[in-house]
Amino acid sequence: MSVTTEQVETRVIETLASFGPEASQITRGATFEELDIDSLDLVELAQVVEDDYGVVLKGEDMKDLKTVGDAIDLIVDRAG
Amino acid sequence: MPESEARGTALVTGASRGIGAAIASALASDGWDVGVNYRSDRDGAEAVVAAIESDGGRALTIGADITQASAAEHLFSELESQFERPVLVLVNNAGITADDLTPSLGDEAWDSVIETDLTAAFRLTRRALRPMLRARAGRIVNIASVSGLRANPGQANYAAAKAGLIAFTKTTAVEVARRGITVNAVAPGVIETDMTVGLNGDLLSLVPARRAGKPEEVAACVRFLVSDEASYVTGAVLSVDGGLAA
Repeated sequence: MSVTTEQVETRVIETLASFGPEASQITRGATFEELDIDSLDLVELAQVVEDDYGVVLKGEDMKDLKTVGDAIDLIVDRAG
Repeated sequence: MPESEARGTALVTGASRGIGAAIASALASDGWDVGVNYRSDRDGAEAVVAAIESDGGRALTIGADITQASAAEHLFSELESQFERPVLVLVNNAGITADDLTPSLGDEAWDSVIETDLTAAFRLTRRALRPMLRARAGRIVNIASVSGLRANPGQANYAAAKAGLIAFTKTTAVEVARRGITVNAVAPGVIETDMTVGLNGDLLSLVPARRAGKPEEVAACVRFLVSDEASYVTGAVLSVDGGLAA
């Protein structure tokens, strides 16, 4: 299955918005810290990604992610 | 007897008899659809389901050896498809003992108790948390033991597993508390079940209440922890032991 960056971006933003921050604040450059996205939120995001794209992201994959763009790029890279 | 629509699905492991059977019945009477897990006692599990159904509840038998790594996925996906609702209650009740004094305790007796009483509970909890995190709701109750709180010679393996289960309960509770999910432990003492048949009277004489407990007395505590009334109780260990651990 091949996915486009746009598809992943839409899904990631939609998922992150469900954790609290305004969708308008969730840009590629926004950091998880600014958005008040914590480690448990990232675990949930990883589960959504696994369910939707079959990409398994472990805690160690997620811990170096700083921005929304980092997450999108990682997912697209793994799904490719 | 349930008077309203089912509230969701509950999975009780090791529910074909004893404490697990009593928990399954109690949750069904509170309106939960219950997965009655068993490993080998299919007849027992079917009797539990029949009793729940005759009281107007909904339940299913679901066989699985929870020490198998694939068991968690099998149990949850089967229940999700049969009841068409996410599993929002998990009661890790299944447990075994293989008693011996530490100097002669075999590797197999150690490993099998740790696998069943601790590792399986971890795997089931990990799987259970997926839908619970999404739902921002969930109840996990781990059935520990007084042996995890105070020494009971001959049960080093069981004690280590149950003390581990208590520490696991507390840590997981803290990790997911902000998602509206509670994780608690119940620590039964001497309860009248097949597991305690043959226990010598010495242990009973240590129980301040001077009697063994009944499975229903443990189930009542689980029922409370699963209820809406217990929404602010998490990371707790509720002793149900006639004062044995006090």
